[in-house]
Amino acid sequence: MTQSFNKNAKILVFSTEKISDPAIDMAGLMKLHYPPTVYTITVPCSSGIKPSWIMHAYEKGFDGVFIAADGTDCVFGETCTQKTGNVVSMAHDQMKEKEIDPARLRMAAICSVCSEAFVKQVRSFNDYLIKTLHAE
Amino acid sequence: MKERIGVYICHCGGNISDYVDVEKVRQAVQDDEGVVLAKTTVFACSDSNQTDMVNDIKEHNLDGVIVSSCSPKLHLTTFRDVTERGELNKYTYVHANIREQVSWAHSDDKIGATEKAIHVVKAAIAKSRYAKPLYPNQFEAEKTIAVIGAGIAGLKAAISLSDKNSNVVLIEKENRVGGHTATWGSLFMTDERGSELIDRIYSDLSQRENVFILTGSEVISSKGSIGNFTLKIRKKPQIAGDPVETMEINVGSIVVATGFEHYSPEEGEFAFAQNEAVITLPNFKQLVDESSGKVLEYNGKKIKNIAYVYCVGSRQTEGENKYCSRYCCTSVIHTAIETKKKFKGIQNIHLNRGIRTYGKQELLYAESLQMGDLYLQFNDDTPPEIRNEGKKTVVTVKDILSAGRELEMEVDLVVLVTGMVPRKDQSIGKMLKLPKGRDKFYNEVHMKLRPVETVIDGITIAGTCQGPKNISESVNSALSAATKSFSYVSKGTLETEPIVAEVDHEVCSWCGKCAEACPFDAIEKQEVNGKEVAVINTSVCKGCGMCTPVCPVDAIDLIGYTSEEMKSMIEVLA
Repeated sequence: MTQSFNKNAKILVFSTEKISDPAIDMAGLMKLHYPPTVYTITVPCSSGIKPSWIMHAYEKGFDGVFIAADGTDCVFGETCTQKTGNVVSMAHDQMKEKEIDPARLRMAAICSVCSEAFVKQVRSFNDYLIKTLHAE
Repeated sequence: MKERIGVYICHCGGNISDYVDVEKVRQAVQDDEGVVLAKTTVFACSDSNQTDMVNDIKEHNLDGVIVSSCSPKLHLTTFRDVTERGELNKYTYVHANIREQVSWAHSDDKIGATEKAIHVVKAAIAKSRYAKPLYPNQFEAEKTIAVIGAGIAGLKAAISLSDKNSNVVLIEKENRVGGHTATWGSLFMTDERGSELIDRIYSDLSQRENVFILTGSEVISSKGSIGNFTLKIRKKPQIAGDPVETMEINVGSIVVATGFEHYSPEEGEFAFAQNEAVITLPNFKQLVDESSGKVLEYNGKKIKNIAYVYCVGSRQTEGENKYCSRYCCTSVIHTAIETKKKFKGIQNIHLNRGIRTYGKQELLYAESLQMGDLYLQFNDDTPPEIRNEGKKTVVTVKDILSAGRELEMEVDLVVLVTGMVPRKDQSIGKMLKLPKGRDKFYNEVHMKLRPVETVIDGITIAGTCQGPKNISESVNSALSAATKSFSYVSKGTLETEPIVAEVDHEVCSWCGKCAEACPFDAIEKQEVNGKEVAVINTSVCKGCGMCTPVCPVDAIDLIGYTSEEMKSMIEVLA
């Protein structure tokens, strides 16, 4: 493992194909750097993320899970925001049962041009996770 | 489960391999379960590599293919087609993005980027093991195409679409067509007036039966997606007191050609709005065009010596507009020549930061030099200073072409050569969810490979809404956008991704929660093998996955995003 892998938190990002993926791609294009321990898995819509996937991520060693949600921009309709909120809520219930800090799951609406917002979010999430999980 | 997977890792010239050790990635994945072939390639998208891939699929009897390269937005379709040419189902292809989300995002950490790339490729292999052959659904596409904006780009796009026998709805917010071009006088290289050019095009367009022109009309909402967009349009009353008219149109594709605005200098920027003798290039062009007589006059004052200050609002080191506006050097030199030809005693002094009259426009620069125009060049950190001395306007500049000597000149008029900026009104972009680039103009998928497509399927961009362009460049992009938009819907049918929900009827015991969650009414209760279960109507299902997290017994998955696939990817990434 390299230094950057040791000093950063491991974050799994659920990103959406049409909305937040272009923003994350554009962050790369603009060379807006964020920790290389941030991994993205693409889904069609943030309201289709199963809480069991989120729990699986913690079980397998991810420090945090970030949902780059579609928000009101969702191509599948306006109910996405509420339904993604429900996914987070269901995951929080399961995290509570396993005594996992609920703050290890974050969600923010990332629009297709919100590259800077995405980088700001994952950097601040990384800082939080380092402070709470990896403090020496 | 795939057992013969081929993995290709792209250098992308140096875009990936400058930051990611691609050979190390190859070595790290070559012995993964199911991988029988792992190769690096300089350009995965090149014709030669595509041919090699087709041969590899056949020779090695591959049942799964992965390319680790740029964003799937750019080349997913390319490599699906390659897979198909290799006689494999194209949905067995898996794409790994190691450029935008690895090499570029972590160009500050080469070792970290390489480790991430290894994980990302391994996750793609994990996904590939479960990738099933799928078959796309077809649906009828509306063949009418909307063009938003009737400037030179929108007009030419409409003509091009009409020539292809497509129905076109041309929507213009203003009460007249032509945009900025209609306001300009003589144009380089034809000397035709802007208004004449627009009249000629409009006259042609208005005679075509398959073109519907809506002026004074705004798109106020958009629903649907490629093949079936519904646009709501509000038409302004033509006579005061008339009711506002609204209408809905269905189109298969949209060309956005909403144009640009001229940069407006801040008060005090090169003495703008503080010194009456300082005006912008568009105002100067109008002045020259509208003036008659032997002598040019402005505010009752005779104009002889004119200083042109270049790159105002463009190539800014301090401001927001870092880009070159491309058209202004040519435009100002053309106008300066016209002024000299039209009026007596004109002396043009061009205070520039390097002339960019590229291509044939260089002829104009040569003509200007032959006519005796003076060219002084300044650095961006020592811009010209403009001050009043009594009634006189004095310009001081450090000319780098004469060893940085400070030159002072008295002039009658200062023309600020202002560039192009994006429209302040971004409502169309927001409504259609069009991404913007660093310059705040609408962004294409790829400058060279997909120059008029946006990340929103079915929507193309044309002309200066995409970035500064001259008329000829705008027309080229409009023709390209029109052709691309036409190609989306020309067959009358479109394929949808076969990504739909799938219910495990062994596990499902109908509770109705999935049907409640589905925004498209694609799920209904049916009896299957004597048991009430949820059944997906695959022709209605849009593949959003909203039904999947709400199932209390985890009986629903989205094809291509099954729990098995997702969890295997998570395990590899962790």
